[in-house]
Amino acid sequence: MGATMTEKIFARHTADGRARAGEIVELQPDVVLLNDVSGPVAAGPFAEMGATRVFDPDKVVLVADHFSPAKDVQSAELIRRLRSFGETYGIKSYYHTGNGGIEHAVLAETGRVYPGALVFGADSHTCTAGALNASGIGFGSTDLAAALALGSLWARVPDAIRVDLTGALPVYVSGKDVILEIIRRIGVDGALNAALEFGGPGLGALNVDERMAVANMAVEAGAETCVMEPDAAVEAYARAHGAHDFTATYPDAEAAYVAHIALDLSTLEPTIAAPPSPANGLPVSALLGTPVHQVYVGNCANGTLTDLRQVAAVLRGRQVAPNVRMFVVPATQAIYRDAMREGLLDVISQAGATISAPTCGACFGGHNGILAKGETAIATTNRNFRGRMGDPDSRVFLANAWVAAAAAVAGEIAHPGAFATPAQS
Amino acid sequence: MERRIHKLGDHIDTDVILPGRYLSITDPAELGPHCLEGIDPAFAGRIRAGDLIVAGRNFGCGSSREHAPIALKACGIHAVIAESFARIFYRNAINIGLPVLVCPAFAAVAQDGATAAVDLGAGTVTCGGHVFRGESLPPTVMAIVAAGGLVPYARGRLAAAPA
Repeated sequence: MGATMTEKIFARHTADGRARAGEIVELQPDVVLLNDVSGPVAAGPFAEMGATRVFDPDKVVLVADHFSPAKDVQSAELIRRLRSFGETYGIKSYYHTGNGGIEHAVLAETGRVYPGALVFGADSHTCTAGALNASGIGFGSTDLAAALALGSLWARVPDAIRVDLTGALPVYVSGKDVILEIIRRIGVDGALNAALEFGGPGLGALNVDERMAVANMAVEAGAETCVMEPDAAVEAYARAHGAHDFTATYPDAEAAYVAHIALDLSTLEPTIAAPPSPANGLPVSALLGTPVHQVYVGNCANGTLTDLRQVAAVLRGRQVAPNVRMFVVPATQAIYRDAMREGLLDVISQAGATISAPTCGACFGGHNGILAKGETAIATTNRNFRGRMGDPDSRVFLANAWVAAAAAVAGEIAHPGAFATPAQS
Repeated sequence: MERRIHKLGDHIDTDVILPGRYLSITDPAELGPHCLEGIDPAFAGRIRAGDLIVAGRNFGCGSSREHAPIALKACGIHAVIAESFARIFYRNAINIGLPVLVCPAFAAVAQDGATAAVDLGAGTVTCGGHVFRGESLPPTVMAIVAAGGLVPYARGRLAAAPA
């Protein structure tokens, strides 16, 4: 019997080299990631476990991103505790405002995510790593405290759901639309405890940024992890970011899947997930005219250079509607600088949008663009749960960057085709 | 012992269990009063120590924030019984010693405000003279539960490991 990509990656990270779907195994990760929300909560249990050292300080990455730049004294204290934990245990990879950005994008940019890698993150969106043919798994703080202490954690090897992509992406359709369509089809627990594995000739139609947008939301369908087949673009990305020793991992032809999803990309329209569920995907045409108070472009996988280019293509020579506030949050310092060099930030700021420091910010309702009661936002983020970006009676519509930027100009949900041509992207 | 049931629906996410604006808090005693505030700000005030939450599918979906089960436990919730749990919430609850039980049969019939008795060791719920059996845990997970959570479990493993 053949193996899935997840089984192969898991098997290479167990003591005995075995991992079959359904089995409980002990996994040894290549990298362990903690942030300023999950890290301080892990420090207590780590000490209570009697640990006096981290299993391998070089395999640990700490990123202050959720509340960085600190919004108040309490969040400044969280960042101080994260930094202090790193100093105490000799963890050199510590990123914060100015040299880092949002954790999952930072991991990819720093060569910590590469084909065949196993990533443990104390953040649910660790599955973003799947774009680079790695397996990223989200955990809570106490689990990762144990991983830091022991160098391993138990996991049930997930059943895999195979997603085959065909066709080419239509204009104004991006990775976001691919994953919103999948979640619309299978629901927010449609991949519960499973691995979403992607392949097919259409995968190459998505650039690495767009693949990250897809992998990022695998957890929104309940998935434990997500792995995409590698290609030349992924291997080039990994090498360009400093990863050279990796194992491109493909599924066996006889690999067993619990379900198959076929998606012809050419059939997709720009899609919006209406609140309060990421599974509420609708074509943009069904929501035209919905007024918005705020537009937010950013998050761990949709504050990429690709997203910023799309935003600039819509905003070039136009203005954000007077009653709308628009936040653009490059995911990392490196993306910020690339966007500056390309002139994108100039276009975006000239249009009346605000460009902020890289941060998780308002995506999780932390800071940097919180919604008031009764307000509506359209955002390139990954969750539109009740109260996600602020007041329980505010609303978040999830969409790609084209659609978000078009709403900023129109002051209401609009088709991006009204404001940009693909040649501008 | 009869415990009062608070019944919730499907896909209760960790943002409504503990909204993101409170993630700069780490003290369980401060988190407890905010539990389920995203659904109903008065919810925590109605919970008496030892009460049960019974929910539908995919309880605890969304963010990995351990603050969510910490808030439920600090608020006095004795156990959460659901048709199914989101993976990370389920692990977090077990790790911090908040009992969780997958029991679709009971989740389907439980009534808000009714009472039930839970035997966590046996994995059963008794309500209205009926006994409902929950899913049993794999041995690895049982060992963590038996140790009293992941902290004592990991402490034991570290102590047993060769230096």
